[in-house]
Amino acid sequence: MASLWRYVLAGVGLAALLAGILAAVHLTAPQAPRLAGSEIARSKETANGLFVASFEPERGVVRQGELQSWLLTLKTNAGTPVEGAAITISGGMPQHRHGLPTSPHATDYLGQGRYRIGGVKFTMSGLWQLHFAISAAAGSDTVVFNVVL
Amino acid sequence: MWCSERWSKLNRFSRLFALLAMAVLAGCGKPEFSDAERKTIASLALSALPPLKDDTTNRFADVPAAAALGATLFFDAGLSGDGKVSCSTCHKIDRQFQDDLPRAVGVGRTNRRTMPLAGVAHDSWFFWDGRRDSLWAQALAPLENPLEQAGNRAAYAHYIKARFGERYERIFGPLPDLSNVPANASPLGGDAEKAAWSTMTDAQAEDVNRVFANIGKAIAAFERSIAPQQTRFDRFAAALDTGIQALPGDDALSSEEILGLKLFIGKANCVTCHSGPRFTDGGFHNTGVPPVKGLPPDRGRIDAVRQVEADPFNCFGAFRDGDASACGELRFMVKAGPELVRAYKTPSLRGAATRAPYMHAGQFSSLEEVVAHYSKAPASVEGVSEIHPLQLSDRDHAALVAFLKTLAE
Repeated sequence: MASLWRYVLAGVGLAALLAGILAAVHLTAPQAPRLAGSEIARSKETANGLFVASFEPERGVVRQGELQSWLLTLKTNAGTPVEGAAITISGGMPQHRHGLPTSPHATDYLGQGRYRIGGVKFTMSGLWQLHFAISAAAGSDTVVFNVVL
Repeated sequence: MWCSERWSKLNRFSRLFALLAMAVLAGCGKPEFSDAERKTIASLALSALPPLKDDTTNRFADVPAAAALGATLFFDAGLSGDGKVSCSTCHKIDRQFQDDLPRAVGVGRTNRRTMPLAGVAHDSWFFWDGRRDSLWAQALAPLENPLEQAGNRAAYAHYIKARFGERYERIFGPLPDLSNVPANASPLGGDAEKAAWSTMTDAQAEDVNRVFANIGKAIAAFERSIAPQQTRFDRFAAALDTGIQALPGDDALSSEEILGLKLFIGKANCVTCHSGPRFTDGGFHNTGVPPVKGLPPDRGRIDAVRQVEADPFNCFGAFRDGDASACGELRFMVKAGPELVRAYKTPSLRGAATRAPYMHAGQFSSLEEVVAHYSKAPASVEGVSEIHPLQLSDRDHAALVAFLKTLAE
């Protein structure tokens, strides 16, 4: 009987060792960038709180490798649309240290604080960042949107 | 007796244990790839390649007669200044449409490596530096380059009329009256050709440019048919995706090839730029590839921006079919910035293993040298390299090369 327990103990020990190895492999495996909900928000306050900006693909879906139009909507904290804003855009993939493959810019003002941003293109999956510098009557401010593909 | 009883008990337990161990090991050995890895592998498979998009800038792109004329022109050495060089001189049909030379040789010796053509119609930018923005505009450049086909557009218009007049007119409509057009003339040629070009009326110049553009459109229609082929990697990826166990042999990758694949999509960061089913992001990157001694300075993308903007056959030009909504890439092109200096287009890796030498001027003669370069990541002679040194063992190097070979079998 004693020998049976010895085998059971050995089995448990081996199982624990295996579980440890599996856990180590799982924890060190490369993972897609994970961001908290607020960081991939499509709507947020600008850095100094001058505007509330939202940024979304004009046709609702993000397609990798295609030129797409996005909409940047700018409002004041009171909800008034921001008109006549000058917008410059830069960005890239911080984890790969490269910039944007295109040079997106505001192509049309659609009213209600909505600006069409043409030429947005994401060439690969991963975390992309778009930096907006916004100048309007209320002042200048910046906002960064994260897009994860 | 007791002893034998104990022995049989031990035997039973050890057998049970061995079975359990095997089951556990088989269970954890099966998923060789994480979910993220599987997703990346699926994105690289040829089955992920979308159908070729319409080229609205070339309304003849999918006209079979145009493709047939384009095929004729592609192999016609009459389409050159010396009557000896065709597109196929460098883009050899039995060699993946490239020539195995470090730098292409047409009428003269060029400074760049011939690019293969499989899947070329999926590109947004053409040449290593993207100095043309459509396949049909690309096809025109070598025709007048003095080191490639070394002809001139007036001579080409006369040649088309004399040799292929009927075929041309069935596709593109009536040829213009060329009776008063000089035999040799081009805004890009030698002094005599430039002088002859300047004597032509605007209408004559437009007529010649139209025939010239249509030569490019026919060649592009043909080139759209040159598609990448299924490889061993694709069969492996399909088996992995469907979960149907790969047959031993053809679909399976060896453990070395699997290590190479894992490195390619993981630690070695190759997939950062060599992404998607063509193993290219279509973008321009400085990866610190050294210049070739004795060649004139080559600054890559930064100098090509001006060239594509100045090209009268670009998407904004008068010879585009359809509307300007097709010109997004040119409209939103990155025009300046340090990242464009010595940036070159990411080449597709499909078939690369069997078409040495590598890089934009044939700098590396083997895949081993390529992998060693990307592992070492030396600084660029100008601009800043985007790549960073990797900690790869000799075994890793060999595995990456082994994996790349699965893209050429």
